[in-house]
Amino acid sequence: MLDILLSLLILTGAVFIFIGSLGLVRLDDFYTRLHGPTKATTLGVGSLLIASMIHFSLQGNGISVHEILITLFLFITAPVSAHLLSKAALHRQLRSRAPLPPLINTAETEK
Amino acid sequence: MTRLPHPVLTLSLALVWLLLANSLAPGQVLLGVLLGWLIPRFTQRFSPDRIHIHAPLVLLRFVALLFHDILIANLNVAWLILREPRQLTPAFVVVPLDLRSDLGISAFAGAVSLTPGTVSSWLSPDRRSLVVHGLHVRNPDALVATLKRRYEIPLLKVFEPC
Repeated sequence: MLDILLSLLILTGAVFIFIGSLGLVRLDDFYTRLHGPTKATTLGVGSLLIASMIHFSLQGNGISVHEILITLFLFITAPVSAHLLSKAALHRQLRSRAPLPPLINTAETEK
Repeated sequence: MTRLPHPVLTLSLALVWLLLANSLAPGQVLLGVLLGWLIPRFTQRFSPDRIHIHAPLVLLRFVALLFHDILIANLNVAWLILREPRQLTPAFVVVPLDLRSDLGISAFAGAVSLTPGTVSSWLSPDRRSLVVHGLHVRNPDALVATLKRRYEIPLLKVFEPC
């Protein structure tokens, strides 16, 4: 019974991580590609970590909680790296399907 | 130099240490508190502003809301990726910021990136507006209003009450 639950969690995690990576291939400009790795993967990694917490807590060596830290670090680093990548892309004026807001153009040319 | 420059940071560092050690043994608790006391003292120059959390309950509710939204956003983005990507209407929207503190703006930008199909992309040099990229935006004004109502108002209450 427990094995089934754990397998389901791991499978869900794997599916979401796969979809997140698939986004890199299927989406067609830099900015939309950023969305896959920042979102679909957080849920994927999240369910893998929940599976890991349940599995190792039931091994009899006390509860295992350091997976929470991985979640915490992931939630702090994923948005920051996405923001920096996106900022660099805007600075280099990469091709974008969405029109750039005029605010950025004026600020970048003033530099 | 005050003895305890960042009480909030001290507590979080001690907690992180205990999670890292994966134990609640007295020695680890002592070590965690020691690290939580020493690290903020040595890194005080990087963050001279004291962190004040004015409404802890609002913060807790905000975190719960964030987890709920992250779940929805994940399903949403996964669905958008699997669908025909040519039908997506990505757009940049400009969110005028009411938050003024560094921590408040960072928290808001982080929340925006983790949730509803948006990634924060650019902060204007005067820190008055945040440019956000949405994966599939039908109504830009509604998106800006939602972001401000759902995330900025609780963060204002937590970090900068007037």
